[in-house]
Amino acid sequence: MNTQPTTLFDKIWDAHVVKHAEGHPDALFIDRHFIHEVTSPQAFDGLRKRGISVFNTSRTTATADHNVPTKDQHLPIREALSRHQVDTLRRNCAEFGVELYDLGHPFQGIVHIIGPELGLTLPGMTIVCGDSHTSTHGAFGNVAFGIGTSEVEQVLATQCILQYKPKRMRISIDGTLANGVTAKDIILYIISKISASGATGYFVEYAGETIRNLSMEARMTICNMSIEMGARGGLIAPDDTTFDYIKGREFAPKGEAFDEAVAKWRSLKTDDEATFDTELHYKAEDIQPMITYGTNPGMGIGIGEHVPLLTEIPDTEHVSYSKSLAYMGLEPGMELRNKAVDYVFIGSCTNARIEDLRTVAQFVQGKQKAPGVEVWIVPGSVQVARQAQAEGLTDVFASAGFELREPGCSACLGMNEDKIPAGKYCISTSNRNFEGRQGPGARTFLASPIMAAAAAVSGRVMDVRELL
Amino acid sequence: MSKETFHVLTSTAVPLPIENIDTDQIIPARFLKATTREGFGDNLFRDWRFTADNEPIQDFVLNNSRYAGAEILVAGKNFGMGSSREHAAWAIHDYGFRVVVSSFFADIFRNNALNTFVLPVQVSQPFLEALLSAVEQDSTLQIVVDLPAQTISFGERSETFAINTYKKTCLMNGYDDIDYLLSLNADIREFDQAHA
Repeated sequence: MNTQPTTLFDKIWDAHVVKHAEGHPDALFIDRHFIHEVTSPQAFDGLRKRGISVFNTSRTTATADHNVPTKDQHLPIREALSRHQVDTLRRNCAEFGVELYDLGHPFQGIVHIIGPELGLTLPGMTIVCGDSHTSTHGAFGNVAFGIGTSEVEQVLATQCILQYKPKRMRISIDGTLANGVTAKDIILYIISKISASGATGYFVEYAGETIRNLSMEARMTICNMSIEMGARGGLIAPDDTTFDYIKGREFAPKGEAFDEAVAKWRSLKTDDEATFDTELHYKAEDIQPMITYGTNPGMGIGIGEHVPLLTEIPDTEHVSYSKSLAYMGLEPGMELRNKAVDYVFIGSCTNARIEDLRTVAQFVQGKQKAPGVEVWIVPGSVQVARQAQAEGLTDVFASAGFELREPGCSACLGMNEDKIPAGKYCISTSNRNFEGRQGPGARTFLASPIMAAAAAVSGRVMDVRELL
Repeated sequence: MSKETFHVLTSTAVPLPIENIDTDQIIPARFLKATTREGFGDNLFRDWRFTADNEPIQDFVLNNSRYAGAEILVAGKNFGMGSSREHAAWAIHDYGFRVVVSSFFADIFRNNALNTFVLPVQVSQPFLEALLSAVEQDSTLQIVVDLPAQTISFGERSETFAINTYKKTCLMNGYDDIDYLLSLNADIREFDQAHA
C-alpha cells in the first residue's frame, strides 16, 4: 500500500489499475461508461466483427442527445441521417442489452447532465464517454474523461481502457466572487490565463475556498470546461455539498448503503503533503464577468477589458490571431460591451441545469427579449425541463419571448438543425467558440447564463454587474 | 485484429501553418452522422476547403494540385484540440494522410490518431518552422518518417521523435488495444466482481 502523501487523482487512478506493466500503458478499470448515438455505432460494429458482447451491461448507460431535434421529439426524426443514427443506437442497445434513455424517456437528456442527476455519477469512480466534456462528472470527485470511438469499443469489450497516467495540476481559487460573477466566469478566466492548451497532458484538481463555496451545479460547469484548456479532466474533492446532492437520487445508494458510501467518500481528498507537477493560484476578486472574442475558449476577456492589440500578442501568433478576429468580424483594441447580438443560446452540458435556468428566469422576470434577437433556451434533460415547468420558469421564458426547446446538445455543436446562420453573432452559454461550431460562419461569444440573459433583454453584450 | 502496419514512409507533405486547429475544423459536427468509419475524407477541413455552395476555395492548400497525393500533413502547434471525435482522425486517414507533423498535439487527438494508424510526429518548433518553409517552397520535397528509428528527415535535416514503446509495437505489427486487453480478461473479471 502506498503510504506516500498522494493526490486525490492518484488515489482514484491507482485503485482502478488492473494491470501495470513496464512499457505498457495502464489497463484502467472503468466503473461507469456513458454512450450516445454519435460516437458509438462504429464501436458496436467492432464488437460484432470480433464476435464479442458488452463486458458488463450494468456499467453502461446510453442516451440520445447530440443529434436529436429539439422540437417535436414525440414525432419520428425528420432528417434521414439523424434518424438512422438514433435508430442505430436503439438497435445496438437492444442487441447488446444496454439500458437506453431514448427520446420520450423521463431520464433522457444531455449525457453529462443525466449522469449526475440520476445518481449514476458518484465519488471515487472512473467514468468515460465518447465525448470530451465527460470531465463534467469530475465535480463529484471522480476521474472522468472523454475518449474516442476505438476506446469506446475497448471499454464496451473489456470494461478497461489503456491509458498513460497524466501529470497532476492543482488550480486553487480563494476569495469571494463579486455579484454577477459565476462559475462560468471562473473557468473562462482560468482558460484565458493559461490558454487553450495550457493544461494539455494534465489532470486538474480545482481547490480553494471559492470552489468549496460553489454548488454542485456550479462545480460541474467548471469541471466541464477542463478540456478547453487541454486537460484530460478536472476534479473537485467531494464534501457535504456533494453528498447532499447525491442523496435520494434515482440510482444512488440508499439508507445504510448511502451512509457507508459517504463514510468511504470522505477519505477522497488530496493529502496535505502531496505534490503536484504544477500549481496555480488565482483570486476570486480578480475575476470579472467574462466573454470570449476569438475562436478558441482561451481567447476571453473580462467584460471591462478590450480585445487584445496586436502588440499584446506574441509575433509568432499574429497570423492565427488575425485570422481569428477576421472570422469574428472584430478589430484589435475594441470593447465587446454594447456589441449587438443576433442570437442567444442558453443550453449545453456546461450551463443547462436547473440552477442555470433559475438564474436566467430570475433576471428576465417581467422583462422582454430585445426586438430582432432570437433566444433559444434548451434544458439539459427531461428532468430539468419538468422541474422548470413545475417552478413556473417556463412561463417566465414564454412571457419574455424566449423559445423553449426540448432537451439535447442543440446549438452547442450545430449537429442538428439548431444552427446559427453565417455571419450572425450568438452569445452562448456553451463551451466552444471554434469557427463554424454553431453552424458554418456562425460567430460565438461564450459567456455565463446571466450574461446571456442580459444580452437577450438588451440585444447587446452588457456588463451584467451594472444591471444587478 | 490486424489492420495495417507502419514502418517507414517516404512522401511529399502538405503545409498547413495554422495553430490550434480544432477537430471541428478537421471534420465539422454536421458530418458526424454516419454510422461507419468510411468516407469522412470527403469532408476533411470542409469549411476551409469548400464554400457554402460546395465550390472549392482556391487558396486553401488541399485544393492546390501541387500538393496532391501527399501522405504527410504538417500543421501548426496544438493540433487536434477540442472535441474527442475520432472521426477527425478517420477523416485524415481516409483522405490519404498517414502522418501528421506538429510541434504539439492535443491528448485525445493523439490517442485517436494512433488508434487509427495515423502517426502523430511531434517535432521541435524550429524543426516545424523549417519543414513548413521547405515544403511551401518545394512541393516535391520528399520527407522520410522512420518509425523503427523514430526519426523524421528532409534534405540535410533530421530530428528524432518520441512515441511510447507499446504504441510503436502496435503500429509496426498491426495490433490494437483490444487485442491486448482481451488477453487480460481473467484479471478484469476478477476486478469487476471485487468492485461490484
